[in-house]
Amino acid sequence: MRGRRYDFQRWANSSYQIDNRFFLERLKNPCSATRNIIQERLFPMTRNLTHLERLEAESIHIMREVVAEAEKPVMLYSVGKDSAVMLHLARKAFFPSPPPFPLLHVDTTWKFQEMYKLRDRMAQESGMELLVYQNPEAKERGINPFDHGPLHTDMWKTEGLKQALDLYGFDAAFGGARRDEEKSRAKERIFSFRTATHGWDPKNQRPELWNLYNAKKAKGESIRIFPISNWTELDIWQYIHLNDIPIVPLYFSAKRPTVERDGLLLMVDDERFPLQEGEVPVDRSIRFRTLGCYPLTGAVESEARTLPEVIQEMLLTTTSERQGRVIDKDGGDASMEKKKQEGYF
Amino acid sequence: MDPIYKTDALIAEDIDAYLEQHQHKSLLRFITCGSVDDGKSTLIGRLLYDSKMIFEDQLDALQADSKRVGTQGQEIDFALLVDGLAAEREQGITIDVAYRFFATEKRKFIVADCPGHEQYTRNMFTGASTADLAVILIDARKGVLVQTRRHSYLCNLIGIKNIVLAVNKMDLIDYDQARYDAIVADYAAFAAEIGIKSFTPMPISGFKGDNITANSANTPWYTGKPLIEHLETVEIDNTTDQMKPFRLPVQWVNRPNLDFRGFSGLISGGSVKPGDAIRVLPGGKTSTITKIVTLEGELDVAVAGQSVTVCFADEVDCSRGNVIATADNPPEVSDQFEATIVWMDDDALHVGRSYWLKLGTQTVSVTIQQPKYTINVNTMDHLAAKTLELNAIGVAELSTDKPIVFEAYADSRTLGGFILIDKITNRTVGAGMLHFSLRRAQNVHWQPTDINREDHSALKNQKPRVLWFTGLSGSGKSTIANEVEKQLHLMNRHTFLLDGDNVRHGLNRDLGFTEADRIENIRRVGEVAKLMADAGLIVLTAFISPFRAERDMVRKMLPEGEFIEIFVDTPLEVAEARDVKGLYKKARSGQLKNFTGIDSPYEAPENPEIRVNTVEMTPAEAAEHIIRKLLPLK
Repeated sequence: MRGRRYDFQRWANSSYQIDNRFFLERLKNPCSATRNIIQERLFPMTRNLTHLERLEAESIHIMREVVAEAEKPVMLYSVGKDSAVMLHLARKAFFPSPPPFPLLHVDTTWKFQEMYKLRDRMAQESGMELLVYQNPEAKERGINPFDHGPLHTDMWKTEGLKQALDLYGFDAAFGGARRDEEKSRAKERIFSFRTATHGWDPKNQRPELWNLYNAKKAKGESIRIFPISNWTELDIWQYIHLNDIPIVPLYFSAKRPTVERDGLLLMVDDERFPLQEGEVPVDRSIRFRTLGCYPLTGAVESEARTLPEVIQEMLLTTTSERQGRVIDKDGGDASMEKKKQEGYF
Repeated sequence: MDPIYKTDALIAEDIDAYLEQHQHKSLLRFITCGSVDDGKSTLIGRLLYDSKMIFEDQLDALQADSKRVGTQGQEIDFALLVDGLAAEREQGITIDVAYRFFATEKRKFIVADCPGHEQYTRNMFTGASTADLAVILIDARKGVLVQTRRHSYLCNLIGIKNIVLAVNKMDLIDYDQARYDAIVADYAAFAAEIGIKSFTPMPISGFKGDNITANSANTPWYTGKPLIEHLETVEIDNTTDQMKPFRLPVQWVNRPNLDFRGFSGLISGGSVKPGDAIRVLPGGKTSTITKIVTLEGELDVAVAGQSVTVCFADEVDCSRGNVIATADNPPEVSDQFEATIVWMDDDALHVGRSYWLKLGTQTVSVTIQQPKYTINVNTMDHLAAKTLELNAIGVAELSTDKPIVFEAYADSRTLGGFILIDKITNRTVGAGMLHFSLRRAQNVHWQPTDINREDHSALKNQKPRVLWFTGLSGSGKSTIANEVEKQLHLMNRHTFLLDGDNVRHGLNRDLGFTEADRIENIRRVGEVAKLMADAGLIVLTAFISPFRAERDMVRKMLPEGEFIEIFVDTPLEVAEARDVKGLYKKARSGQLKNFTGIDSPYEAPENPEIRVNTVEMTPAEAAEHIIRKLLPLK
């Protein structure tokens, strides 16, 4: 045993030309000490990729497959932190070209003002076309979150999205959903098929082997693609931190005018906010863990003003991310699954 | 029930230090599988709970759910955490793979919870294809079951090297060591049989938490590591791929302007740096890497697992589907292979039918021969088979319509693993792993002859064509084809008519009328028609040829413009009313099976070159219409 080990050491320090195949055979099952010597000697380039490097490579690979195989792709852009990461990955995937597809914002007209500002800035910086779609029927009927409850989400978001995809004839749409967000999303494939009426059939998903994605589809069918499926909330934050990706300032704590209603802390973002009797906006130090329509998104009281502080708060908290959003609550356990079957992203 | 895995203390004390540490964690992807009710979902729920990945609001919801629909009485039913689909929660079973995420101080984990039911095997295979490790669960009360064997076999087949045998529900057999030992011995015998070299057994209870995060007092006789510790420390070498020769399957060509041409893809093997000599396959042209381009600047080196864009020193032809490889050790190129195939569709494999094969970034047409055998995963017997049914695993030969760049699956998952896609339904119908190229593809070369097809056709003063008549039985294909040939003959053209019934008397007399035989019938006729076209003839064929896929297959065999699809368009009622051969009558009375239009489908052409309507035209008129469309004949 001793003699053998000595041979390896001597070989490692020598300058003889060695037939690599001999050692490659031995690499298959050696003790780890000799293995390391062989590895360093023969393959000085090797290194363990970090989990973020692996996730990034996977997302970029997915985006390139879609661009190579789909006829008319589009990226759904909601201006949130997940969209920010997805957009950054797209820019990396196609650099030095700008990403070869437009951004689509399915607007409800009720987003925070700071979201609209960042949206326009990012579209310009990335050199991508920005399409903004507002469901004309919802606009005409004045659908709003204060008076219309679930109908607001249904008409502006679900119907709006379907209309926009049909109008432009997009056959592939990138979305920033993650599998750690919600139970039915944890079950969804990276390439998720939709019928001509945008329905999802969770019981009949295509097998998805290795990193081979089947993008074939019949006329009228479309695919939703989730390139950041395998990222967690912490991964998203850490990636934003490491890459200095611009995000909406609402994620950081500041004094903002708020009212407390139905257990949620709501921000009075513009003059359309109808104050109820006795309600007076109070300035509180708040921030948002997730962003949507401002009347539907609950803030948390916080002093986290930097990304590490935000991450720290996120990790120490005891409630899940979407809890501040009303959207998942109506309809019980399977509400997201039901929404997806109806065509919601 | 207190979580044993506390939140990392660093989070509160020094978030920057925590982020620095977290950033460098490695990643382990694993699956849990086993038979129905072996407690897979419960185990994952337990792992999430113990690593504090379940939040208070989720826990509240879980407690409420457990009382309402749970299967554990008043205690928390962890399975409800992972069974995410409404149908799963209602039926209390797992249908599809669920991906879950958790981290400990040492590692990050992605766990795929795979379904146990045989009918959802394809979903299990989906989860296994990206895993580094498999946790195979066994219910201690039941021992090794059919599904245990099946899943173990699949895990080994897809190349998972690390296998944990978790003998679960130990609490229900009073932590009986003898029983545990018997199960492990039983499994070891089976594992050796199917070629699993090693596995790590452990007695656990997902429900009670024994040997999950810490060694349990209930099993003092167990001296191994608890599950979490094993997952944290098991050696997974994700640098193995980096020690292989350089391979970059090209996904996309990046061409923002005339001055830049880059090739983008995910490096599947080895490493690359500027100055490296490369070869582009299947063409074989060589060049040198000039730079590796990223948004953050050029890289000095890139390794397997990274998505990159590289540039060459020369204007070498390179596009999607090509593989950039190290110049002195490129992969092989072939068009005939032996492979193991796992069939995943309700429609069985059609031997001889053309499917899409996607391997890496290459998509080609492929036909699969009759399987050499299928494998009974219980007995490991090789069984004779004519086809592959849903969930069958078999070994077969396949041939692609053009050469592809490949490596054996054992050497490269990327260049050896493929999926099969049905050309009509677009479903992913199978997955496979290449073993090797068949020697005949390499050793049977096309023998060049001095007199080529242009010479043949020039001598006959005509352009070769294949006039492919398709339509229902009794639509008038043979009559019209005969009329067209007569007129061409009068015009001094060299023709030959291949008639369906006539061919079945000789060349194809071994074939019947099942879907598979019909496919083979058309394939042979296509090959004969192609040889005759090479000889310079105008070939007329009169076959029902009901399937679009096979007609397209023949079209692809011939040069562009030589395949003329003629749709003899006769409604079923009209053809049935004519019933020249009395066949419809027999089919209606059930004497004749698989009759097109009655109990076997006819897929009408979508864009035929010529369409003749036999209700409005006589055969002579139809023939004249066809001839006019064909002019000029040179």
